[in-house]
Amino acid sequence: MPTASTSHSTFDPRHHVGVHAERVSNVSSTDFPGYYPDEDHSWDLDQFNQRLKVKVQRLSGRSIEFDLVGTDASIANAFRRILIAEVPTISVERVYVWDNTSVVVDEILAQRIGLVPLNVDPAWMDTKETTNDQATDRNTLVFRLKVACERNKNAPKGSTDPREMYINSDVLSSHLEWEPQGEQATVFASSPPAPTNPNIVLGKLRPGQEIDIEMHAVKGVGKDHAKFCPVATASYRLLPLVILNPEKPVPPHLAEKFQKCFSPGVIRVDPQTKAISLDEQNMRKESMSREVYRHPEFEGCTQLARVRDHFLFSIESEGFYPPERLLPESISVMRGKIANIRRAAEALLADNNNAGDVVMADA
Amino acid sequence: MAEPTPKLRIMKGADQDLSAATYQIFDESHTMGNALRWMLMKNPKVEFCGYSVPHPSENLIQLRIQMYDKLSSLTALLEALDNLDGLCVAIHDKYGESLASGDYERWEERS
Repeated sequence: MPTASTSHSTFDPRHHVGVHAERVSNVSSTDFPGYYPDEDHSWDLDQFNQRLKVKVQRLSGRSIEFDLVGTDASIANAFRRILIAEVPTISVERVYVWDNTSVVVDEILAQRIGLVPLNVDPAWMDTKETTNDQATDRNTLVFRLKVACERNKNAPKGSTDPREMYINSDVLSSHLEWEPQGEQATVFASSPPAPTNPNIVLGKLRPGQEIDIEMHAVKGVGKDHAKFCPVATASYRLLPLVILNPEKPVPPHLAEKFQKCFSPGVIRVDPQTKAISLDEQNMRKESMSREVYRHPEFEGCTQLARVRDHFLFSIESEGFYPPERLLPESISVMRGKIANIRRAAEALLADNNNAGDVVMADA
Repeated sequence: MAEPTPKLRIMKGADQDLSAATYQIFDESHTMGNALRWMLMKNPKVEFCGYSVPHPSENLIQLRIQMYDKLSSLTALLEALDNLDGLCVAIHDKYGESLASGDYERWEERS
């Protein structure tokens, strides 16, 4: 099956978004029934499956980059939005301060503790339906932070480093102690809840100061508070595309100048003939600076574009989820939302069939 | 206690046969609105489909569907939801395949 995203010779308004010196063109997708006469663009899962391509490009312990090819921006955007706002994680929601004589005031300390990512799998916990719901061992984790600072009697003489002079001069996320409630001790036995990063500084203490607080962590989503967001960034961009005009080749003496108008690796120049060619593998590196449009000598030689259905996702995980698990999580959240609306629509359908009359809301 | 808000309701002014209707979907945003709109527009029997978020402090979207041939917009909505679910499964499977193949660059990122 010939796909437009692999044939790069000409600008195709159906599949490409034009990038011009000061504007973009052909932004909206047109693959809908009724748009082109005598063409069927209705939904067909088999056809979609043929065109769909998902390819992981790079994976590290903190981030993932993958290509999503052959779907509409509305779908790619749904996954991105869900990643940021609706994939649940566990965070400290309530802080009970018994004692805080540090210079960090209670509210600020509570805010800082809330932002500490925890290593708890949200699948193992329930969501509190309302904020005033009874806290149980299924929906709440309890942490305790009890640190006092004192002088270090064994500090080297003349030292000015607070970390040597005092014990507990820094309050770190590793000071958080999990207190198992009810059945939690067995449920979480394999991976005891703790901050993912033990070295986050929550505050600083000096001799005589101490902090004694209790924290309740619950399950929540990013749209409630950014601390529940499982990702640092989740973004996509469209695959850049440089289209050369065969009618007007770049003059050999300007080949190097032409090459420099693009990101390194995008344009190849033959050392002997000075002929210009494109490196398809490196096309994604193009920064789309539009530098080439600034030079009158290159006018008409090339056109910049983006492939409308080729999404380059880049997701950075922050918190519990390994990066490769984030997209599946967001897909399952999406499917949950679909099932939810479906149930309501079916109930509506059943209502209407029984009553024989459409039930309409007043408002 | 007030009656809990429904997830979905049909707004006043819909055709009796539901061939043209506006649906209010509660607790949803552009995420589902735009995806549903796209999938409904893929249906050749849909004459018009559009969605809006009437006000940012009201947690709901409004989805307008108009059908050809006096068909029911509610069945079209159900069909679109099914198709969208199929699409999700397809993407999930393809992603799983790519991840399992191991054919990608692995690198060490320091945090």
